[in-house]
Amino acid sequence: MELKRVVVTGLGALTPLGNTVSEYWDGLSNGVSGAAPITRFDASKFKTQFACEVKGYDPEKYFDRKEARKMDLFSQFAMVVADEAVQDAKLIESNIDPDRVGVIWGSGIGGLRTFQEECVNFANGDGTPRFNPFFIPKMIADISAGHISIKYGFRGPNFVTVSACASATNAIIDSYNYIRLGMADVIVTGGSEAAVTEAGIGGFNALKALSERNDSPETASRPFDANRDGFVLGEGAGALILEEYEHAKARGAKIYAEVIGGGMSADAYHITAPHPEGLGALNVMKNVLRDANIKPEEVDYINVHGTSTPLGDVSEVKAIQQVFGDHAYNLNISSTKSMTGHLLGAAGAIESIASILAIQHNVVPPTINHITDDESFDPRLNFTFNKAQQREVKVALSNTFGFGGHNTSVLFRQMND
Amino acid sequence: MSEIAEKVKAIIIDKLGVEESEVTPEASFTNDLGADSLDTVELIMEFEKEFNVSIPDDQAENIATVGQAVSYLEEHAK
Repeated sequence: MELKRVVVTGLGALTPLGNTVSEYWDGLSNGVSGAAPITRFDASKFKTQFACEVKGYDPEKYFDRKEARKMDLFSQFAMVVADEAVQDAKLIESNIDPDRVGVIWGSGIGGLRTFQEECVNFANGDGTPRFNPFFIPKMIADISAGHISIKYGFRGPNFVTVSACASATNAIIDSYNYIRLGMADVIVTGGSEAAVTEAGIGGFNALKALSERNDSPETASRPFDANRDGFVLGEGAGALILEEYEHAKARGAKIYAEVIGGGMSADAYHITAPHPEGLGALNVMKNVLRDANIKPEEVDYINVHGTSTPLGDVSEVKAIQQVFGDHAYNLNISSTKSMTGHLLGAAGAIESIASILAIQHNVVPPTINHITDDESFDPRLNFTFNKAQQREVKVALSNTFGFGGHNTSVLFRQMND
Repeated sequence: MSEIAEKVKAIIIDKLGVEESEVTPEASFTNDLGADSLDTVELIMEFEKEFNVSIPDDQAENIATVGQAVSYLEEHAK
């Protein structure tokens, strides 16, 4: 059977840099840091006391109080960005068949705050189980896709992918696959995460995964810098409307870019550490290029996973150099996590959006906070340090890798017909 | 209105997000105040917590209106 073409027709973003797609792009292209001291709880006893939180978020702007109370923050974020994307794509006005519209969402953890609060309440009691009936449906990661489908009546394929920090990219790839196989016309995809809680910060601190640069939160996320010391936890969400090309064309939809490939692989090496030679990263980029049937030389920009951890940044760059050879020197490479922090299961969503906007604007958002060169990186590589760079971006690749050794890549191409 | 009735009303307004004027003694949680089955379970739990009582499931099934909640609690609250 002939596979169908898939395009992006709507975007939504709620990020530490801004609460809409246009605010997000302003932050990205101007090299703004989203990091600041934690406001969601008292972090004074924690090794890390800062994060990239969403700013100025007021649930009552989007939900009535009763509705908001039944949703963990990660689901609220999902609803907010899905709405921006659905409106952006003009899905409701277009009278599309709701049975052919799916929702495939990604979240690495789900309702961590809800889980934490309910367990604390139980532990503080006398042993009598008084769990809230909304505890489970607030916490489970898949409820986000359920909420979105209920709001709009989208009755196509519906589920959530869980692959830690690769979750949203897995969701995007699944959506791409189902549409190109003809199993849906439109899928609302993306991811959301809200793990800036005592358990989230404490848990990642225990793994030694987070930066502890408390004296300078805004420069803490510094991928590829010699003095990087871990990632900065972020929160938020991103949504993309993927749509079958002829379907989009027939209704006169605005098309941002085409999805041309998805790649997946496993490290099969360690639960949290990346493969030292970047084997999984190497394979996933080979897979995505093969799936898209393009040559490495056609890629202009790689939005890397680049979390600012000592090990991860090195192995990903090793893999890029092996896959792209001399063309690696022509690429723009950047880690937008230097600005947004690491949104875990939502990272793939907001970074796919960054890649698509780079194609749209022909501007590559920077890797900010580069202060000291790390000699382990080839100086001929262009990491787009500190300032956005203008260049024609026809094809952009977005990498996301998750604890467990899950690797995902997705390729977007400028739409030219 | 009794102190218990006042507290019951406040819990209902908070949990169901309804207007004070809607919370009449005859108002049914599900038919008039927009509660679904999970909301009803949550309300019963809140009553148990607020009034320090334990409401067995078979009795909870008979609490369907604001008035029924108030009379049950007036009888059983410690």
